Amino acid sequence: MIAIIDYNAGNITSVARALQSIGQDFVITDDTKKLDAASRVIFPGVGAAGEAMAYLRQKKLDVWLRSYIKTGKPLLGICLGTQIILDYSEENDTECIGLVPGSTKRFPEKLTEGSALLKIPQMGWNSVRLLRSHPVFDDVSPAAEFYFVHSYYPAPADKEVVLGVTEYGMTFCSVLAKNNLVAMQFHPEKSGRPGLQILKNFCTWRPS
Amino acid sequence: MEAVMISKRIIPCLDVRDGKLTKGIKFKGNVDIGDPVEAAREYYEQGADEIVFYDITASSDKRDIMIDVVRRVAETIFIPFSVGGGIRNLDDMRNVIHAGAEKVSVNSAAVENPQIITQGAKAFGSQCVVLGMDVKKVDVSDAIPSGYEIVIHGGRIYTGIDALWWAKEAEKLGAGEICLNSIDADGVQTGYELNLTWLISENVHIPVIASGGAGKPEHLADVLTKGKADAALIASMVHYRTYTIAEIKHYLSEKQIKTRLFW
Repeated sequence: MIAIIDYNAGNITSVARALQSIGQDFVITDDTKKLDAASRVIFPGVGAAGEAMAYLRQKKLDVWLRSYIKTGKPLLGICLGTQIILDYSEENDTECIGLVPGSTKRFPEKLTEGSALLKIPQMGWNSVRLLRSHPVFDDVSPAAEFYFVHSYYPAPADKEVVLGVTEYGMTFCSVLAKNNLVAMQFHPEKSGRPGLQILKNFCTWRPS
Repeated sequence: MEAVMISKRIIPCLDVRDGKLTKGIKFKGNVDIGDPVEAAREYYEQGADEIVFYDITASSDKRDIMIDVVRRVAETIFIPFSVGGGIRNLDDMRNVIHAGAEKVSVNSAAVENPQIITQGAKAFGSQCVVLGMDVKKVDVSDAIPSGYEIVIHGGRIYTGIDALWWAKEAEKLGAGEICLNSIDADGVQTGYELNLTWLISENVHIPVIASGGAGKPEHLADVLTKGKADAALIASMVHYRTYTIAEIKHYLSEKQIKTRLFW
């Protein structure tokens, strides 16, 4: 069974509907006993880092995630769920969960592309350039684009964990992967068929 | 073409009344499809980047019908969509978002009570709150220095508010995006109001969706380049099957305008 961590952070129903559409059973829960029983876990999220971390700490889900990652069972981070698995986020000056060394940073004020000033948040479809292959991206075309909505981006300290990068006036890490963890800044549940393919792949992924 | 960057979005707009499309949309052998969920599915499959629903249901006791439409759309398409029309307060916003919409758009209600923008942004995040602006060209005056005035209630009421001022104010209040509709260009299919779109887009730091006037792919090319819009709303030109979304995107691609071409 797949568990979606419920922590009052936005897009959980979108993720649930996407899993339904690919015929995947799941539970939505913040109960660590139920989470313990899951074979794989999705950590989604939309919103602000400060509030999210406060809620996770109150429910001791930060502690739970740190022990879960050591079990070797797969973990998928999405958007805010990706940003707060790092040590720290510049958003609300927030200490985060620390599954991956590094921090989440705000896009610089004056991001430009050619002569055009780019808007923040980045809102819309953009590409991901994979730096190596990964089972979660099997059967996903390099031409596919994904839906992004964010003003902050993950900046892992160890470059080895960067799986994919995206250009938005600068090059940032849009997908990171480390052992049994894969985490993305974009929303696979809102990225059409390529996004659903990623979710499908995650549901069968066996980290080596 | 510029270096790899964010794609311009092509967004079909569906008007819904009492849970039905208000205009017959002709798909597949000219069969009218009156169901907004089926129309959304069709556009999703054609490569729409997002979908806008505008609920023009007059009576408030029928609003639950729209919530049901939103719920069914969310189970059917896996791209973002927004819902506008008749959103009066935070509860209306919450109902639409909990039913599965990514974004909610406020128009007249925001003019009458600007705090709804701030409240919505605080409760759901700025990315959820779209300010819909209906704009008419007027003479430049002290009150309307840009020469564009905000009108509400379907263009019937002039507010005395300058469109450029309102766009900047809405950004400050917490709007995450602006859907900018030119009443003068709306439905005429002779092209978007380029000057207005350029003016607003250059003066705010949030994305601007141009609306009103699309009749040909050239119109989209113009508004996405000269008009500096981040996205273009389309209606009649795809509802009547004059063009498919894929045809429009391929045209834009020939003009070196980046859109999402793989779906």
